[in-house]
Amino acid sequence: MFKQPARYSDVMLTLLVWLATLLVVGLFAWLVGDLILHGYSKLNLAFLLDVPQNAGREGGIAPILVSTLLILAVALLATLPLGLATAVYLSEYTNGALANGIRMSLNILAGVPSIVFGLFGNALFCIWLGMGFSIWSGGLTLACMMLPLFISTTESGLSAVTNEWRHGAAALGLSHTAALWQVLLPAASPAITAGLMLSIGRALAETAALIFTSGYVDRMPTSLSDSGRALSVHIYDLSMNVTGGDASAYGSALVLIITLMVISGIAVGLTNRFLSQRITLS
Amino acid sequence: MIWSRHNTSSPLRADATLARVTGSLAMAVAVLLGLVILLLIRESWGMLVDGGWVRFFDSEGWYPQRGQFDLLPMLWATLAASLGALLIALPLGMMSAVFSRFYAPGWMVSSLRRVMMLLAGIPSVVYGLWGLTVLVPLIAQWEPPGASLLAAILILALMVLPTVALTSEAALAAVSPASLQGAAALGLSRKGIVLGVALPEARAGIMTGALLAALRALGETMAVLMVAGNVVQTPGSVFDSVRVLTANIALEMPYAIGDHRAALFATGLMLMLIVTLLSWLAGRREELAHV
Amino acid sequence: MKINSNTTSQSETSTVPYTLGDMEQGAACCIPVPHIEVENLSVAYQGKIVLEDVSLNINKGCITALIGPSGCGKTSLLSSLNRLTDLIPGSQMQGKVHIDGVDVRDPQLDVMTLRRKVGMIFQKPNPFPLSIRRNIEMPLREHGVKQRGELEARVTTALQDVGLWDEVRDRLDTPALSLSGGQQQRLCIARALALEPAILLMDEPCSALDPIASVVVEELIHSLRNRYTVVIVTHNLAQARRVANYAAFFWMTGRVGKLIEFGRCQSLFDSPSHDLTAAYVTGVSG
Repeated sequence: MFKQPARYSDVMLTLLVWLATLLVVGLFAWLVGDLILHGYSKLNLAFLLDVPQNAGREGGIAPILVSTLLILAVALLATLPLGLATAVYLSEYTNGALANGIRMSLNILAGVPSIVFGLFGNALFCIWLGMGFSIWSGGLTLACMMLPLFISTTESGLSAVTNEWRHGAAALGLSHTAALWQVLLPAASPAITAGLMLSIGRALAETAALIFTSGYVDRMPTSLSDSGRALSVHIYDLSMNVTGGDASAYGSALVLIITLMVISGIAVGLTNRFLSQRITLS
Repeated sequence: MIWSRHNTSSPLRADATLARVTGSLAMAVAVLLGLVILLLIRESWGMLVDGGWVRFFDSEGWYPQRGQFDLLPMLWATLAASLGALLIALPLGMMSAVFSRFYAPGWMVSSLRRVMMLLAGIPSVVYGLWGLTVLVPLIAQWEPPGASLLAAILILALMVLPTVALTSEAALAAVSPASLQGAAALGLSRKGIVLGVALPEARAGIMTGALLAALRALGETMAVLMVAGNVVQTPGSVFDSVRVLTANIALEMPYAIGDHRAALFATGLMLMLIVTLLSWLAGRREELAHV
Repeated sequence: MKINSNTTSQSETSTVPYTLGDMEQGAACCIPVPHIEVENLSVAYQGKIVLEDVSLNINKGCITALIGPSGCGKTSLLSSLNRLTDLIPGSQMQGKVHIDGVDVRDPQLDVMTLRRKVGMIFQKPNPFPLSIRRNIEMPLREHGVKQRGELEARVTTALQDVGLWDEVRDRLDTPALSLSGGQQQRLCIARALALEPAILLMDEPCSALDPIASVVVEELIHSLRNRYTVVIVTHNLAQARRVANYAAFFWMTGRVGKLIEFGRCQSLFDSPSHDLTAAYVTGVSG
């Protein structure tokens, strides 16, 4: 009944598992380390506020940041109302065939490669609707890509706001609309915002869809019908088409990653707050 | 006491309006998928009708200017890259999930998860950038040209690893404590519990994660475009430069016209069908798992 | 079914004189006047019948307990009285329910007003994730009470009625979810009372509370007698004896809930007519 020397297979598994994790963490450290190493020199205010010079090898990324923000704004303008309405519809009004159909089609859309969305956006917005390469086209295409994620997180946020409150509100003679406005949506709002942050994160990381819809132009956009270059596209261009553009590419990548980390931090914080709010003391 | 004539009271009217507004917006979203498929078919029509699609398989290579649209080399490249990536990412991801769940000291678990989530959030261009500037030269030292199938496999593996790790971790966490305690009570060692009880019970969730990873690998464009070399050829060795279907679309769209453009849209349509099939499979597994 | 239509020896005497024409609030209990009339009510969910052919009269101002094991349809009966069954997909109701002579399923009836007049308290306290004050004010506002002064008065009265006023008067704007379980349940009762209902439906209001909170809520329910008509579902037979004037005993026969016996609480417990009732109240079965 006394301790025996560990069996060979046990030791092997332990070793394997530790090695695997160390490898993964090591790779991550390598990647992030490289990013910081090569990019931090570009992290200064001038980089964020200047226009690109010498095809982007020098100067800054100001017009690109503006374009990115505008594209995001257009995308949000379309996603928020459509997404909220659909999520409300799915969670409140139906459990039937139409709702399931919507859910299934959104699931499929969520897995569609971004390049296919690029094709779609190009065909629909740039050509069919005649918007050409513009911030409008890019933003609307991004909205199509953000909708599945936003709708599913919002719907699960609303569904998590349990039947207790729903039935309680009905028992008090409150209409559906009143219950939604006064109780359910506010209660679900941290989860909804977290979902929004996740969708924004996904949108910012998009490249392939934007190349064919909002284009490549790296000048400061003067209107939403101008073509504009998003940050991710800028990174692509600098690394593939501009020799010696690596330093700026790394700098831009670092800016992008930091922004994404901040956004995901907000999302996580909000989700935790949402979850803790649901715990009632008794 | 509670009698009232047919009340056009505003609460009920507000409800009806809300239902109508949300309903119509939801319909708009519902048609989105249909719209995508419709547009893809419309734009690729030239290549699909009259047996045009046969050209995808029996042409002499990919020479669009000459009307040759052999997709096979790129198809093989796509499959090879995705499969290779999965072969690396699945075991690594699963093992780090097992580590996180059964071997890691407490303080490590949340940091590990955060690392994975950060990795999952890194945009593909950034992976591509790193691959291009670090990985490709490294491979080139071993065997030129460096921009190769191997680079694509490695980068893809890195990209889908977080997905596999996170979903495997969630699946392992869902294994009932009762099973684990039962196994421990039978005197099984940690390895025995992991291999004999936890992994089998978490199998469904892990498989779903694998399907999601496959989806991501197949659909990835930018990172692979940046590191794979983009030569249209059936890969003979991992060091050959290859072009995958997604990268092909990205590279040639800017100047494709007529049949060429239709061919690219057709490739997009094909990718969509593969993705739909995989999604449906993943959905079916979920259903079967809950039966 | 045994209903005591004639008062014999009343151990409880009412202190509020019964006034004719007092149709809004429940009047004195000792003279039984039907407030809710249930006739051959059956409830089914997606084709599965949970309650079959129930007929009974709930008297004004009295506390009626619905007792019996789980699954006998007691909650379904409650939910059909304020048409909360409408919210459950696939639910069907057959038979008649009249409140003050009005059919609750009359298509001309405004369901919102019905639910204001027939309040419901749930097993698990469900205050909204709002402040204590807003929990009570918000439904009032939605039902048309807009005046600042009146709102404040009704909030105060409601909280006083449930005995919460002294405990929360100086933190009315703090989240309702930070209250203890018993306080939350009393808040839910206050919220319903603020709407000035005539009837209160309570679905096991104490079962999710600790024993001390239970006692406080039970005393509150007791104090509601004569002012409101209360229908309370409870598993706690002792509680039913303590609190109720009438009791209705339900049992599952052939996988369907049925009303077995109904009558004055005292007699149902002390001298039940039905064997099943006797078995249940003495703890032999159920």
